[in-house]
Amino acid sequence: MARLILDGVEKSFHGAPVVKDLNLTIEPGEFVALLGPSGCGKSTILRMLAGFEKVSNGQIIHGDDCLSSSMRHVPTEERNFGMVFQSYALWPHMTVKENVGYPLKVQKTPTAERNKRIQDALEIVQLEEFADRLPAQLSGGQRQRVALARSLVTEPDVVLFDEPLANLDRHLRATMEETFRAFHKRTGATMVYVTHDQSEAMSLADKIAVLNKGQLVQWGTPQELYARPRNTWLANFIGRGSVLSVAAVAPSQYLNGANLHELIDQHSPDRAASSVLVRPQDIHFVSADDSALIVSVHSCIFRGERYDIELTLKDGHRLLAYSDVPMALDSQHHIRLGQAWSLEREV
Amino acid sequence: MTPSLIKRRFMDSASMDNQLRWLSIGLFVLIATISVLPSLRLLVEALSHTTFSTSSPMAEVLRSERTWIALRNSFYTSGLGTLIAVILGCGFGFVVTLTNIRGRGIWVFCFMLPMMIPPQVTALSWLQLFGPASPILNTLGIEPALGSPQPMYSAEGIALLLGIQSAPLVFLALRTQLISLPQDLLEAAQLSRASQFRIWVNIILPLCRSAIIAGAALAFVSSLGNFGIPAMLGIPAGYIVLPTLIYQKMAGFGNDMLSQVAGLSMIIALLVLAGMLLQQWLQQRSRYALLGHTAQSLSFRLKQWRLLLEILLALVLCFILVAPLFALIVSSLVPALGMPLNAETITFGAFYEMIGRQGVTVRAFENSAFLAFSSALVLMLVSLPLGYLLMRLPMRTRAVIASLIEVPYAIPGIVLAIAFILLFAKPLPFIEVSLYGTLGIIFLAYLSCFLSVCLKPVLSAMSQLDPALEEAAQLAGARPIQRLMDIILPLTAPAFFAGGLLVFLISINELTVSALLWSAGNETLGVLIFNLDESGDSVLASAIAVLVVLLVAGLMSLLSLFAPRLPKGVIPWHG
Repeated sequence: MARLILDGVEKSFHGAPVVKDLNLTIEPGEFVALLGPSGCGKSTILRMLAGFEKVSNGQIIHGDDCLSSSMRHVPTEERNFGMVFQSYALWPHMTVKENVGYPLKVQKTPTAERNKRIQDALEIVQLEEFADRLPAQLSGGQRQRVALARSLVTEPDVVLFDEPLANLDRHLRATMEETFRAFHKRTGATMVYVTHDQSEAMSLADKIAVLNKGQLVQWGTPQELYARPRNTWLANFIGRGSVLSVAAVAPSQYLNGANLHELIDQHSPDRAASSVLVRPQDIHFVSADDSALIVSVHSCIFRGERYDIELTLKDGHRLLAYSDVPMALDSQHHIRLGQAWSLEREV
Repeated sequence: MTPSLIKRRFMDSASMDNQLRWLSIGLFVLIATISVLPSLRLLVEALSHTTFSTSSPMAEVLRSERTWIALRNSFYTSGLGTLIAVILGCGFGFVVTLTNIRGRGIWVFCFMLPMMIPPQVTALSWLQLFGPASPILNTLGIEPALGSPQPMYSAEGIALLLGIQSAPLVFLALRTQLISLPQDLLEAAQLSRASQFRIWVNIILPLCRSAIIAGAALAFVSSLGNFGIPAMLGIPAGYIVLPTLIYQKMAGFGNDMLSQVAGLSMIIALLVLAGMLLQQWLQQRSRYALLGHTAQSLSFRLKQWRLLLEILLALVLCFILVAPLFALIVSSLVPALGMPLNAETITFGAFYEMIGRQGVTVRAFENSAFLAFSSALVLMLVSLPLGYLLMRLPMRTRAVIASLIEVPYAIPGIVLAIAFILLFAKPLPFIEVSLYGTLGIIFLAYLSCFLSVCLKPVLSAMSQLDPALEEAAQLAGARPIQRLMDIILPLTAPAFFAGGLLVFLISINELTVSALLWSAGNETLGVLIFNLDESGDSVLASAIAVLVVLLVAGLMSLLSLFAPRLPKGVIPWHG
């Protein structure tokens, strides 16, 4: 078990930068998600970790070894990493058992030990009785579990996941997330998980690196990202909520209700302004009083356990709120904001 | 350790894996030897004696009247042949692909057959169909009077056969395009209330234009380089085209015969090159990106017209395929040309004679089988690592190398044969062994000629493989050669065998290359048929030709068995 360090890693294809100056320190046994919209460079980072791509600049260090730098490139074959692919990448001409056992066969592990370890790996993903099937005879979820077993059979130091749930339906995803969580707990391996789905990242990872346009936007626990997003882009990307323009205020602090109402009142288009994030659960409907904000209902959508209400402030801003009861379109209401988080300007 | 040493070590491990590097170097040398070297040698020979004096061989070639006659004849026969190919190919292409006609697979198979039958066999079978000595006309009692001319010995006869032989090329190009036309396009036009006629004129024809042009250009180029048909039909009538002119010049030894022949070859090669460039240019001008999903291809319901069309197709096939083959079979069963076939005259004598008594037949069979088998085997073995390495190259480099491999296949066989003669006429340097006059030179020429035939299916199968399959093996710790054997080979094996079988199929009865490279004792099947016919033994030639056709049809059927496990388009007569 060793620490995985990305130190100033950069990657460009034909002069176009894809990953810019990335610094991450991943502790042994940590479950890390790389999260971002498509084209943010997250898959490229994973492929550099696996050794499929060389780094253009910077270095990747694992324990005491330098895996990649502009001078050195340890080939994938020598890295002892495991990987689970979006397309499963199961070899269609091999049975489940042969697929899982292939890494051991390459390492020339004695047959008896090989069989035992295949058995163990299949047990973890609960596919013992499918050992002699071909991948074509399995369902999507089963195939991904075989891929998982294959990635862990050599007890790798690091397991990489490249959007492993993207091809599965919604119901299966929940089950597979549970499988991944159990797998992490049992093996204790370091895991790097690429996804564009924030709820997947939030529910699985110990730490998340959010990326946009090749750059690291924020690196922190899911709770930190949700409670204290750095800038407006991240606030719009993670969780639900509304970004409001208010009078200028220092970034990265929580504003209580009274201050917030004041800042909203003071805001005018010709003066410097800041952005704040208001989560829907912090918006309370109240009866008419002087300090309350007057809003009208723009839309009301039924979501099952509650209604999503989109409100229009008198200056035209939109706010997302939750309600237990439906509200008539264009009806007038009063609200009070509980708290808000002030954001950095997006660069 | 000094800093420079550390740097060296790091650089080494950063460069490509050792296994891959050696593989690349080996294959580079191979491609250079069998693909690029012959063409270069030809170029050098044609240009080396070029001085501005009027006595240089190239000037002599250009001054000779025969050159210009042959050039004009080549253009006439190939042009007319292309016209026939376009009419036949488009007719079949539209009917077989766009309508709900029955037994589609059989129609396609039968229509593709003429392309796979060697040209000299096609020519031979048509010769048996017409003329005063035709056994089939004699049997029916409607033979023309003795001494009346054989209608096939003419420019139009040559053009007709060139057209039939290359019609499948047009058919294939058109069919590939038609299959990819989405049904939506037709439905959208119908919703806009377009009539059937308008749909054809405004939608289907414009979208197929580039495919038809491409097919026509291919047909023209392949007719221009065809040797078998003009050799069998033109030489007896004294009608020369460029390939037969080269052949005749080779037969007559002269002072700078080789240089003159090289000059002539360059003329054909340039014409072919110009044709292919023109085709690419035209195709690019009229290509449309097709939107819409292709889940269902276009299809017209024919209703009462269906039976009529089926009968029409059958009649055309009867004329271009069944009748000549039937004539060929009949001629192989009569005791001598000019006799009718009936219960008293029928004899398998020709077969006994050829198989049992003539040592040359067995030898030619052995030679051809050996050549075809060994070139198929070697090319299969080469295609695996070559395809693998090509797939790892950047797109642009890959395109350049792929077209280099394509060159020997595209240039006519007669030109390639001249190039190989030039290359191997002298003993090899260092080892002082001469390949000229041995099977070895034919073998090398086949390797050069058919590399792209074998490589194409392999490349198309490899490009359809999910790269993650190999990456997963890489993560498992497998080195390149191990990945190749464990992962890539099993997954592309069908394409591999298909490539090998195609090479076997084409080379077992190849004529053009071997016509110039054979020597006594090293005859091939193609040469055997040609020589027998030239010396007047048409019955014996027919017997061999019947065996060859059976072999071709058998191998094609065998390939069809592979079809379900291959990427679309690998086997021409499946799609």
